[in-house]
Amino acid sequence: MNKIANRKIICDVLMEAAASDRNVVALCSDSRGSASLTPFFEKYPEQSVEAGIAEQDLVGIAAGLAKMGKKPYVASPASFLTTRSYEQCKIDCAYSDTNVKLIGISGGVSYGALGMSHHSAQDIAAMSAIPNMRVYLPSDRHQTRKLMEALLQDEKCAYIRVGRNPVEDVYTEEDCPFQMNKATVVREGTDAVIIACGEMVRPAVDAAKFLEAEGISAGVLDMYCVKPLDTEAIIKAAEKAKVVVSVEEHSPFGGLGSMVAQVVGAKCPRRVITMALPDAPVITGTSKEVFQYYGLTGEGIAKKVKEQLG
Amino acid sequence: MQNLKVLAYKLREDCVNIIMAGGGGHIGGDMSVMEILTDLYFRQMNISPEHPDDPNRDLFIMSKGHSMEAYYAVLCEKGFLDLEDVTRRFSKFGSPYIGHPNNRLPGIEMNSGSLGHGLPVSTGLALAAKMDKKPNRVYVVTGDGELAEGSNWEGAMSAAMYGLDNLVWIIDRNHLQISGNTEDVMALEDLKQKTAAFGWNVLSIDGNDIDAVDAALEKAKTLKGKPTCVIANTIKGKGSPIMENKAGWHHHLPTQEEYQVIMQDLERHKEEAEHE
Repeated sequence: MNKIANRKIICDVLMEAAASDRNVVALCSDSRGSASLTPFFEKYPEQSVEAGIAEQDLVGIAAGLAKMGKKPYVASPASFLTTRSYEQCKIDCAYSDTNVKLIGISGGVSYGALGMSHHSAQDIAAMSAIPNMRVYLPSDRHQTRKLMEALLQDEKCAYIRVGRNPVEDVYTEEDCPFQMNKATVVREGTDAVIIACGEMVRPAVDAAKFLEAEGISAGVLDMYCVKPLDTEAIIKAAEKAKVVVSVEEHSPFGGLGSMVAQVVGAKCPRRVITMALPDAPVITGTSKEVFQYYGLTGEGIAKKVKEQLG
Repeated sequence: MQNLKVLAYKLREDCVNIIMAGGGGHIGGDMSVMEILTDLYFRQMNISPEHPDDPNRDLFIMSKGHSMEAYYAVLCEKGFLDLEDVTRRFSKFGSPYIGHPNNRLPGIEMNSGSLGHGLPVSTGLALAAKMDKKPNRVYVVTGDGELAEGSNWEGAMSAAMYGLDNLVWIIDRNHLQISGNTEDVMALEDLKQKTAAFGWNVLSIDGNDIDAVDAALEKAKTLKGKPTCVIANTIKGKGSPIMENKAGWHHHLPTQEEYQVIMQDLERHKEEAEHE
C-alpha cells in the first residue's frame, strides 16, 4: 500500500533540482500545502513565489519569470489552473513560448465531496487544444519522478496533472521504464488493449490481470503523454487487438478517449470504447467511491472488456 | 540629440501609412500612445537591435496590444524591423506582421492582444530581475478601457507586495474605448486613488508631452520600495482634429480624403515641433 502521493514526489524532485540550480522557482496560489510544496517554500524562500488566490496573476508572473531565464513550476489546483488562468496558459505560456511548467494538483475528482467547482474533468481537453502546450498525466510516483526529471531538462511549457491521494504503484523504483513522449507498454495483449492515463493506469493493469485469469489477453498502454500523443504505440497495440478501451479520469469529450478514437479510426479501425467520468456533475463521494460508482476500477474495466469481446 | 517631439509625429506618419497599406488598424490608440513609446525607445530604455538578448536590457511589454501599428513604427525606427517590409506586408496573407505583438519578431518580448495580460507578466519580469539583483527596468503600457480586466488588479497587488521599484506601469489614459467614454462603459475614476491604494507611487502627467513623459520616467527611477504607475493623460487620435477624442476612430480606416487631412496635420505638427 503506497502512502506517498505523486505531488510529494514532485516536491522532492524540485527540491533536489533547486539545490544546484537557483533558477528553479516554485509558484503557488495559496496552494503550497495542497501542492506538498511547503518544504520547498521553507527551504528555498528566495526561489518561491506566492501569488495569493489569483491564478491569472500566478501564471502571468510565471511567464515573466521564464522570459528572464527562470524555470518556474506553478502548482495550483488543476480545476482553477486550467480554467481560471486558461488564457494565461494559452497566451503567456504557449503562444509566447515560455518555459513554464504548470502542475495541476488535486486533479480529476481528487477533491471528492467538494463538488464540481473543484473537479477538473475538462483539463485534458482544454490544455491539449492549445498549440505548443504538452499534457502529461503520470500514473504513479515512480513515473512522476522520471517525468519531472525529464521536464527539468527542457525549455518548453507543459501541463502536468496529478491527483491528491497516493495511488498504488504501477512500477517499482528499479523497474520503471520511461522514455519521454513515448507511452509505456505495461502489458502486451491480443484480445484487447486498454489505454489509460494518470490514476487510471493502475486499475487498467488490475483489469488485465483479472482478464488473464479468465483466459483473456489484454494489453495495457500507459499513455502518460496525452500530448504529444504516442500515436505509433496506439496503432501498434490496437493492430494486435480486437477491441480498444480507453480509460481516463476526465469528461468523455476531448480527452484521451477522443484522441485514441481519432487515431484508431483513421489508422487501424477497431471498436473503441471510451471509459470516463460522465458529462454531468459526478456523484458525491471520495474519489475511490466515485471511481467505483462509474466502473473506473479493475473490476469495472475488466467487465467492460468482457462485454465488448462478447 | 534627435528632436523627439518631431520624431513622435514622424512615427505617427509611418504608423498611418502602415494602417493604410494594411487596410486596418487601431489608429486612435496608436496616436495617443506615441509620445510614451517614443520616449521609452529613444530616450529611456537600455535596448538595442544589435543586442536584443542582452540579459541586462530593459524590457517593454505592450499590454494594449492593439496599438501594434504604433509599436511597428517605433520598432522600425529603432532598427529592429524594416519599415518598408512592415508597411508592404502588414496584415497580408502569410505575413509575420500581425495586428498584435508577436515575439517571433525581433524586439518584441511577449505576445499580447487579449487585454489584461501585461501587468502580471511584467511583475514576473521585474521580480526575476530583483531575484538576481539585475539592473533591468520593466515598462508596461496598458490602455485605460483595459483596466476593467481584473487580472490587472491582481498584478497591481503582487507588484506592490513584492516592492518592485524596477517596474513602471504606464496607463495610456485617453478616456475612450471602442463603445465610448471609459466612464460610461465601466467607470475607472478615481484612478489615481485606486492605483495609490493598491500600493503604487502614482504620477499623473500629460502623456502627449514627451518631456513630461520623460520627467515621470526619470522620477520613477528615484522612487524606491514601490512600483510606479504613470497615469499618462492622452488624447485618443492625437495629431489630427478629425480623429481626436472620437471613439469612432478606435479602429476607423481613414478614407483617402481623411488620410490627406491627417498627413497634412501631422506635417504641420512636425514643423511646429521643429521650431519650438
